[in-house]
Amino acid sequence: MTYIVKPKIVHSGLQRNALGLTIRDYEGSMSTLCAGCGHDSITAAIVQAFFELHVPPHRVAKMSGIGCSSKTPAYFLSSAHGFNAVHGRMPSIATGASAANRSLYLLGISGDGDSLSIGLGQFSHAVRRNLNMLYIIENNGVYGLTKGQFSASADVGSKAKRGEMNKQQPIDPVQMAMAQGGTFVARSFSGDKDQLVPLLKAGIKHDGFGLIDIVSPCVTFNDHEDSTKSYAYTRQFYHPAVHADFVPPAEEIKASYNRGDVMPVELHDGSRILLRKVSKDYSVHNRGAAIDYIRAHQRKGEIVTGLLYIDQGEPDMHGINRTASLPLNELPFDTLCPGTESLVSLQDLYR
Amino acid sequence: MSAKTKNRVNDFTIKLANVNGTGSASANSLLMKTIFRMGVPVTGKNFFPSNIQGLPTWYEIRVSKDGYLARSGDVDVMVAMNAETYEEDLGEVSKGGTLIYDSTWPRDKTLSRRSVTVLGIPLAKMCNEHFDNVRARILMKNMAYVGALAALLDLDLDVIHTLVKEIFAAKESLIGANLKAIELGFEYAGENFQCPLPTRVKALDKTSGHIMIDGNTAAGLGCVYSGATVGAWYPITPSTSLMDAFKAFCERFRKDPETGERNYCVVQAEDELAAIGIVLGATWNGARAFTPTSGPGLSLMSEFLGFAYYAELPAVVFDVQRVGPSTGMPTRTQQGDILAAAYASHGDTRHVVLFPSNPQECFELSLAAFDLADRLQTPVLILSDLDIGMNDWMCEELKWDPKYKPDRGKVFDAETLKGGAEKFSRYLDRDGDGVAYRSYPGVNGDGAYFVRGSGHNQYGGYTEDAAEYQQVIDRLMLKWGTAKKLVPDPYIRRTRKASQYAIVSVGSCDNAVQEAIDRLSSKGIYLNYLRVKAFPFGKKVTNFLRKHERVFVVEQNRDAQLKSLLCLETDYSKQRMQSILHYSGLPIDSSCIVAAIEQAVSQGEAA
Repeated sequence: MTYIVKPKIVHSGLQRNALGLTIRDYEGSMSTLCAGCGHDSITAAIVQAFFELHVPPHRVAKMSGIGCSSKTPAYFLSSAHGFNAVHGRMPSIATGASAANRSLYLLGISGDGDSLSIGLGQFSHAVRRNLNMLYIIENNGVYGLTKGQFSASADVGSKAKRGEMNKQQPIDPVQMAMAQGGTFVARSFSGDKDQLVPLLKAGIKHDGFGLIDIVSPCVTFNDHEDSTKSYAYTRQFYHPAVHADFVPPAEEIKASYNRGDVMPVELHDGSRILLRKVSKDYSVHNRGAAIDYIRAHQRKGEIVTGLLYIDQGEPDMHGINRTASLPLNELPFDTLCPGTESLVSLQDLYR
Repeated sequence: MSAKTKNRVNDFTIKLANVNGTGSASANSLLMKTIFRMGVPVTGKNFFPSNIQGLPTWYEIRVSKDGYLARSGDVDVMVAMNAETYEEDLGEVSKGGTLIYDSTWPRDKTLSRRSVTVLGIPLAKMCNEHFDNVRARILMKNMAYVGALAALLDLDLDVIHTLVKEIFAAKESLIGANLKAIELGFEYAGENFQCPLPTRVKALDKTSGHIMIDGNTAAGLGCVYSGATVGAWYPITPSTSLMDAFKAFCERFRKDPETGERNYCVVQAEDELAAIGIVLGATWNGARAFTPTSGPGLSLMSEFLGFAYYAELPAVVFDVQRVGPSTGMPTRTQQGDILAAAYASHGDTRHVVLFPSNPQECFELSLAAFDLADRLQTPVLILSDLDIGMNDWMCEELKWDPKYKPDRGKVFDAETLKGGAEKFSRYLDRDGDGVAYRSYPGVNGDGAYFVRGSGHNQYGGYTEDAAEYQQVIDRLMLKWGTAKKLVPDPYIRRTRKASQYAIVSVGSCDNAVQEAIDRLSSKGIYLNYLRVKAFPFGKKVTNFLRKHERVFVVEQNRDAQLKSLLCLETDYSKQRMQSILHYSGLPIDSSCIVAAIEQAVSQGEAA
């Protein structure tokens, strides 16, 4: 992943979070993506979300695969460890990282090529495992680094820059994640920071696999008139189902809400997501209804956004395994090695 | 009595021809363990189909007072329980041998051989008379032939009884029925045949200090003892029982009896691509992690193995080899992955490979593998095979050194990073041994870096700069030199007389080679022997080669992969190496080695 070192200038007036850190402490290197790339807006939202959650940056492990989106972890949280895996295999790295150190915040950044083509299998199984991580797909319907081929998320009828039309059905990660038992499923748009930042914060705090599929237009290869992942198309057919606000545990809930209109969802650490329904008949707890709602709007060419489904009750990978609460990488050797006497008595079985 | 049947006390092979899924495995294992407990060296090899029920399966037990544990190539006693393979089984019995069959259904006279004594025992009939349910009638036939063999081979009934009680300790209600079945067979044989046969067992004291264990179990135990906490895998024959063993041992040793919390995490992955990824995610975070697999899995893991080599992440991969190419024969053994393991992945890539030759070494080399992987920050592959992995081998008791501490290699910990005395640069060679320092995620922001498979410089930054790229890739060769000094030494056996001849071999060929050397020396052909235990080859391997005019390279694959590796990685002349290859899928026996060397030596002398 290419990058340019960003000089760190901290203005005295910059706001500091509970850790005394400024937003600069959550930034990374300078992006080398194309000017106007949706991915850069997502990077900015990630920086904002971690800053506002006052997560110590080094407690995050940021992981990605291969592609334009997968370059972006270099552009935020410079004091977090990063892992740029082989193409489509980030979910397995995340699984191993979680297995070894369950105390880290795991953030995976992927794209539609990385997750929906070469990495479709690993993506699905991370969902199924309910791996405790936030998984972001920066979805632009196109292969950028190899210069403009359709990806598996390209809509039928959408045209490539050179005029070729896609006739294959798109794979929608949101519907897939819901069907495979995903416990936190959201969609947003790179251009809507107001929606994105609270969703990211909620996803980071969610216990289990959180997916945010973010439509992120490719200004170079997929932002023309006949594209369904362009800025113009997305803005026109953008359809929020719920508006989400995130409230950390220590903060008093100031936003007033009327019953039936706004619904608070409490997360395990006591923080809350306040969901204001844009559509009255939308339920974030009903998997089947959510899929129907998304599909009904999809038929009209509309992109439903917001937190679309949440289930806080399912155990994550460690809950299912009943792994020790202390991270496995911190267990001393003496507690792991059964020692001489055990080996002697065990071998009676083999005589 | 022919010459062949003389002196067969404690020196013969029993073969049991069964139908898989009929419960013969526990009876056969009982038989073998009885001989083991009578103090007589013994080994058992299972030849089974890639199938769950209804197909032919064979179990071969070699009894050897001299401690030879390879296949003998002979069958002295055949228990033919499978009508479908009867003819083939009869044909396989050595002259002067004995065949036992279930005479409930008498055989056609044409299905007999003059040189083989055929003994009919109405096993099914006896069991049908004494047992009520269908399941017991099928299972007990196996125990009944154990009883008959006890009489024929003069096995110690007390040992058998003790073993039955141990085996069924958890299901006590079954003990009576099993003992009854054994008695039926024992009495029938005693009443109807002259017992014991000249081919029989006589108690010795040659198995104390030994155990009977399979390599996968020993390797799984090695992973527990090495402190591995994360295991990832995709089920594949013949490696599956390694993870089964690891889990079972962890349930015993790593589970809190009160809370049920586990000090380990096993992930059954969606495929081998993910299994190795999970291992790397875990070792990146400082846990010891491993994956067991076989050839097809190794092929799938190649991309990530190259990544781990270049990004310098530890990993321990067990490849329990089976017959290739492709799906091959999943339940047969081979050593066909030597080259694939040594150079797995595209680009200039090479890996540390360890070669256990028996279950004891599976245990010991597991520990060595985790230490080497951490010390060298690179994948270490352990090449076992189906023969070692899934068969019960007699080997020395496993020993534990209480002073053992895992070598976690070079790590910048919280203290080092916090002090800020040393600036952390991930790929900087501070010590001149080609091994840099690493840091774990979550510890301190000053240790943060990007693990990447793309071009990087010694500071860990992305690069496309020619000199920076080359500096890192050259340092990896320096590290390879360090690996040569750290890997386990080869096993060397020297003949008492000076010899220009030597055998070089690997892994599970060992028993056949040892036996062949003894047989050849009794014919006046003396050979030194080196068994490689690791790649890269250290100085001891190259020095050994240099001292011999002629080297026979014994291995179990068609393409002489070990020989190729010796050609590529040592200066020893290709012309001075001669391959002895065995690749049928059955474990190698000593005869093919003896024959090849005898011929080569006589030709050499003639010339």
